[in-house]
Amino acid sequence: MSLVVRNLTARLGRTEVLHRVGLTAQAGEVTAIVGPNGSGKSTLLRCLTGDLSFSGDVLLNGRDPRTIPGWELATLRAVLPQASALAFPFTALEVVRIGLEARGSADRTGIAQAVLARVGLAGFEGRFYQELSGGEQARVQLARVLAQVWHPVPGGAPRWLFLDEPVAALDIAHQRVVTDIARAFAAEGGGVVAVMHDLNLTAGFAHRMVLLAEGRVRAEGPPDTVMTDALLSAAYGCEIRVGVIPSTPFLLPQMPDRQPPLR
Amino acid sequence: MSEAADIAAVPAGDRRARARRATFGLAAAVCAVSVLSLAQGPAGTSLWSALAALVTGEPIPLRDRVVLLDIRLPRLALGLLVGAALAVSGAVMQGLFRNPLADPGLVGVSAGAGLGAIAAIVLGGALPVGAAALVGSSLVPLAAFFGGWISTLLLYRVSTRGGRTSVATMLLAGIALGALTGAVSGLLVYAADDAQLRELTFWGLGSLAGASWPKLAVAGPIILTALALSPLLARGLNALALGEATAGYLGLPVQRIKSAAIVSVAAATGAAVAVSGGIGFIGIVVPHLLRLATGPDHRMLVPNAALLGAAMLILADVIARGVIAPAELPIGIVTAIIGGPFFLWILLRSRGVLDL
Ligand SMILES: Nc1ncnc2c1ncn2[C@@H]1O[C@H](COP(=O)(O)OP(=O)(O)O)[C@@H](O)[C@H]1O
Ligand SMILES: [Mg+2]
Repeated sequence: MSLVVRNLTARLGRTEVLHRVGLTAQAGEVTAIVGPNGSGKSTLLRCLTGDLSFSGDVLLNGRDPRTIPGWELATLRAVLPQASALAFPFTALEVVRIGLEARGSADRTGIAQAVLARVGLAGFEGRFYQELSGGEQARVQLARVLAQVWHPVPGGAPRWLFLDEPVAALDIAHQRVVTDIARAFAAEGGGVVAVMHDLNLTAGFAHRMVLLAEGRVRAEGPPDTVMTDALLSAAYGCEIRVGVIPSTPFLLPQMPDRQPPLR
Repeated sequence: MSEAADIAAVPAGDRRARARRATFGLAAAVCAVSVLSLAQGPAGTSLWSALAALVTGEPIPLRDRVVLLDIRLPRLALGLLVGAALAVSGAVMQGLFRNPLADPGLVGVSAGAGLGAIAAIVLGGALPVGAAALVGSSLVPLAAFFGGWISTLLLYRVSTRGGRTSVATMLLAGIALGALTGAVSGLLVYAADDAQLRELTFWGLGSLAGASWPKLAVAGPIILTALALSPLLARGLNALALGEATAGYLGLPVQRIKSAAIVSVAAATGAAVAVSGGIGFIGIVVPHLLRLATGPDHRMLVPNAALLGAAMLILADVIARGVIAPAELPIGIVTAIIGGPFFLWILLRSRGVLDL
């Protein structure tokens, strides 16, 4: 089972933001979308999750998500947006339960407590969301998303997690918590598509990478094929050197006063 | 001891048990103020002697029967309905706009409904005979509904872009809307004849004094329908608190929920305004108090708001009838005197959190 994208073109307002984007993501793997600010990563995720209309083909587990009713789509994939706002003083537990109980009235307090513990927030159930730090809020939202697709492969078909910069607000230890959760979700057979900024973290985290620049896919494949000096330097518009520690590539940005930029 | 066991069984952060207990307390409060309201009045009619007569089988004097059944009882029923309608409209509208300041009275929806009502009173006579017969006495509430509906729709369009509601825009648009509807209402009042003026003045005071069974027969079904619809929106409003996009990701029909919320607010506000004029602050004070006490979960907030709103309005009516008896204050004055300072207190308390 997989997510296949072909010729996806999308507009925001009058601007065409994505131009004939194509990529493939497999269930059981973590696929990272990387690229400079404004390259269209969030826009692409919004298209894939049904939030934005587009032209082209998307097949999620072999089906066009545009033809799947909203309630069914919600059982097939969960989405963590780049920025999350919350109105009203809900507690952490209540935020997670909103997601769980949106379509049914069954009491899912047990699952809500379990996912909060999973993101390292056991004991935070009664805290007001607005009174948490940015990183804690981000993990409450992740818990809410995780709760929606609690079992990665219920009855054969894999579920999908779409995460827009899930580690952006987190310290290094909690980045690990999140990447471990995503890897475990994939290891159990689910699919993960995550927009990432930290390329070094991504190199160890993702099975596949999609490099986006100016609304086009510049490279797609395992991290060591995408993370090359030439591809990254061209995409980000600054000189980047990629090194390799045993099997994982890493990079150091070059300081402008030491070496002239590549272009 | 049972209280302690209860608390131990409730997981941290779960306020549903408390909200359910509040429902019982509020229902009891509604009963208490209802008895108070039936018992109070300048006519020298005693609820107690009438009840005693009922028990002993003595005949109840006709005058007492009229006062109790045709004056106090419809007034009580109307007060309960209007109070519930105003509070639930406030809760639903705040959920829709994702903001605790969105109140039909504050952002021009009541003014829009008022314009509809005034237009119906002043221009209603100009309707073709057939049409007038068709709508009959529901003309004023219907017009108020349309006024409220158009205002809510307009307000939502103006202040919500890409699934995000700007509070500043909402409040400013509410001011503009209020000024516009006020001006048009003024023009209509200017054009009204003497009989219409009397009706308008009576209506505009914001009072339950005009309560009657025929009025109830028109406004009651509209308000009850809106009240019955509102709890169905609760889960959707909870999800909307996370933003429109996320509510969609959770599988909710966001557009339909928003439209239903707008219609329900317009219907309840329109009917309430049509029968009782502008009674302010119930819609903002009641949901706010409940959120403080039992949390913002709309599944409990909406029904509890109906109960607390009904109890508060009846209490305000009892005060309005009591302070300068045998005369009575317009109830709108009572709710404003209590609600105005309360509203300022909300603003002081929650500065920063509201993200204006
Ligand atoms: N509402 C909008 N109208 C027009 N252009 C937009 C809008 N929102 C974002 N953009 C532009 O679309 C491009 C892609 O944005 P986005 O997908 O958010 O980038 P990122 O890769 O940083 O997530 C950016 O150049 C941004 O300026
Ligand atoms: Mg982005």
